[in-house]
Amino acid sequence: MTKPGSHAEREGSQAELIRRSLKRRYRKERRFRLYGITAISIALFSLVILFTDIISKGYTGFIKTTVTLEVNLDGELMYLNDAADPEQIAMADFQAPIIKAMQEYFPEATSRADMRELSRMTGSYASNQVRDLLKENPDWLGTTRTIEFPAHDTVSVYVKHAGDAGYSIRLSEQQQRWTDELLRKGVIDTGFNDVFFTNGDSREPSNAGILGALIGSLLTMGITLVIAFPVGVAAAIYLEEFAPSNRLTDFIEVNINNLAAVPSIIFGLLGLAVFIGLFGMPRSVPVVGGLVLALMTLPTIIISSRAAIKSVPPSIREAAEGIGASKMQVVLHHVLPLAMPGMLTGSIIGMAQALGETAPLLLIGMVAFIVEIPDGFFSSATVLPVQIFIWAGSAEQGFVELASAGIMVLLAFLITMNAFAIWLRKRLERRW
Amino acid sequence: MQTADLLPLVLVLAAVAYGSAYMRSRAVAAPLGGIRNLKALPAYYAARAALWCAIPALIILGAWAAFEGKVIQNIVMASLPAELTPQSAGHASLTLSQISNLAAGKLNPAMVPDGISSAAVLLQELREQSSRFKSLLVVLIAVLGGTFAWTRVAPTINARKSVERTLQRLFFVCAAVAILTTIGIVFSVIFETVRFFGKVPMSEFLFGTNWSPQTALRADQVGSEGAFGVIPLFTGTLMISAIAMLIAVPVGLLSAVYLSEYASPRMRSVVKPLLEMLAGVPTVVYGFFAALTVAPFIRDLALMLGLEASSQSALAAGLVMGIMIIPFVSSLSDDVINAVPRSLRDGSLALGATQSETMKNVIFPAALPGIMGGILLAASRAIGETMIVVMAAGLAANLTANPLDSVTTVTVQIVTLLTGDQEFDSAKTLAAFALGMMLFIVTLLLNVIALKVVRKYREQYD
Repeated sequence: MTKPGSHAEREGSQAELIRRSLKRRYRKERRFRLYGITAISIALFSLVILFTDIISKGYTGFIKTTVTLEVNLDGELMYLNDAADPEQIAMADFQAPIIKAMQEYFPEATSRADMRELSRMTGSYASNQVRDLLKENPDWLGTTRTIEFPAHDTVSVYVKHAGDAGYSIRLSEQQQRWTDELLRKGVIDTGFNDVFFTNGDSREPSNAGILGALIGSLLTMGITLVIAFPVGVAAAIYLEEFAPSNRLTDFIEVNINNLAAVPSIIFGLLGLAVFIGLFGMPRSVPVVGGLVLALMTLPTIIISSRAAIKSVPPSIREAAEGIGASKMQVVLHHVLPLAMPGMLTGSIIGMAQALGETAPLLLIGMVAFIVEIPDGFFSSATVLPVQIFIWAGSAEQGFVELASAGIMVLLAFLITMNAFAIWLRKRLERRW
Repeated sequence: MQTADLLPLVLVLAAVAYGSAYMRSRAVAAPLGGIRNLKALPAYYAARAALWCAIPALIILGAWAAFEGKVIQNIVMASLPAELTPQSAGHASLTLSQISNLAAGKLNPAMVPDGISSAAVLLQELREQSSRFKSLLVVLIAVLGGTFAWTRVAPTINARKSVERTLQRLFFVCAAVAILTTIGIVFSVIFETVRFFGKVPMSEFLFGTNWSPQTALRADQVGSEGAFGVIPLFTGTLMISAIAMLIAVPVGLLSAVYLSEYASPRMRSVVKPLLEMLAGVPTVVYGFFAALTVAPFIRDLALMLGLEASSQSALAAGLVMGIMIIPFVSSLSDDVINAVPRSLRDGSLALGATQSETMKNVIFPAALPGIMGGILLAASRAIGETMIVVMAAGLAANLTANPLDSVTTVTVQIVTLLTGDQEFDSAKTLAAFALGMMLFIVTLLLNVIALKVVRKYREQYD
């Protein structure tokens, strides 16, 4: 208890008290605001870091390093006198002319060890490239041609990442000197990596591309779309328009809500046990992948389609019923067309999710190493995110930048799809 | 004909049925004085014919295609002579792939025993027969169905009613796919789990503290018994999820509060989509980020501080997972906060409380159940998240509380056990399904509780 002072004194101290407490409260208010801003900054900062990290790691994936050589396709050197004879082709030495062409620049490199190092300047598939060229054009035998080879992975790392702490240079000092020399002469050059967009996977980073995974993704998404969209829309129509309110309907709704939150890997187990185990479907094929992803996206599509149907005002239904339309006619002729933009938006967002999904596809075997570009729904394939996963786990240094570049391609697709969904919503959605 | 060719054929037949029934209905109506004397519009007669043509044929086609492979396999395996009959499941799948490679012409017949090559001939024959019968049956049923509906184009029959009834049933079947999926999930994990518990006792699975599922190839090898104790997996999963939640809950919640209470509409319209972008980034991208950027960074940082950190630390995976979950927490709490009635807020402000006091003392307690529900949903997502941990967390099942150590999770083990070569009934493969079952049950419980809490909370203010 404080000593009671005069009236004025008491009032003064009370005002002081309030003033002080107000100060404290405002300080708290400011601090609280600061917490909020900090939280948002952390989230946005993570986003920025994530994107810069991926772009800085991956832009070199779009650059290829090439070695352009004047190759004398000398038959004697290759032990080949008829390029049309498949038996001779199988036995011939196609590395020799490449080494010979390199020696034009470095005549001093004649020892065995030097020649081995020279041969490791061009990629491991360089001799195959010469073979295939000769197979196609047997009359090239004995002529001199300018051929562009992909550089060896180690050369490529040296050219692109010399001085980068994240990469180790695996070239010998002699090879580094050669590379510098050839770079100056323009024999080794960098350019846009078209191989990345025209090849399937490969053991060699310089030869690996994303086209196979891209086609695999398209095939898989095709199956997903064809199944998930009609089934999802039909289910949404049933639940919103026809379902009687009984236990069964409740059960269906509970199921849909739960499926939307089931971890995606569980759908992989379902695909493995049911589609592959029970039905005996082949592994690693787009059909099974598409089916699994369709089951996974179905809840998303149903939920967004229901929201779209709900947003159609009852007056539309009443007007149609008023002029004698049956329930089905009301739904199909009036409600469905009006709800379609919302349904499409939801489906595109669901498809974007499915496109980025990896875990269930690992379980149904879409993680295999596949070089060929898939040509149908039943041929072995992989998809974009799985290809990124495979590359990210590869030991070769060159695959990391390819994985990053693959992520950029994947993100470009996702952003396009989402932007399209937003545009569609803005463009077609009606406000009632 | 293959299934992929039959499908369009059936659709073409349905289109033909549609067209001919349409023409017939007009032809029937013409002598009566136009289509208004029919019970239904011509399009309905046509649609009915198309449905009659397509639906039974597609059902037969689907069923046949689903079970064809399995049935043929069993017949072929049963045809093998006694000495070639496989003893184990692994051997069986090997024999089977040998037979099918032989049938596809990828293998030289001279390289295998006679029994196998005659089985390959049988396989080829059965496949051809099956394909022939399938095509015949499907086309027959489609034509019969279409013809039947075509004959029943009559002015007294109300085709609209039957078409609408069929459509409604079709819609119901589509909705029931959700139930079928759940049943499929439950059954696909239950069977294998039961078989797993036949090999490994349940108590050992649930309470064992040692996880090393590497079963040996030969029975007499040292350490051939794998250990299937799930405790280290659970602690690993919990640790990574806990780290993720420690990041995601405060950041997500505070940004939701700021966005709904303080931010100007313009800031909101910029920041919200950016936050949602975090949710749209595929998990494999986060995994890449965690494994190749965050984990090495944390290891270097720990080294600088004189600590020992694994290159696959739980901290790295947890941190990145936390970033992934931020938008979940923030958008769920945003919904909940906005659902608190305006009157509560206005009342508090009118009494002179500052915005933060209103938030902390009025809105937050009112929104708490909803926020808890949102957090539970986010936790279930963290537990079930796969790619980040597969790429950034380790494989070794350590029972540790140190976030700088490498731990493994349930989902990582499912993926590791099921990718690569596997047999369908080794304890290793079955263990993956048992883990999947646990994961399913745990996330299901979390989701059910969360949905209940959120719904109850919504009802309170509606």
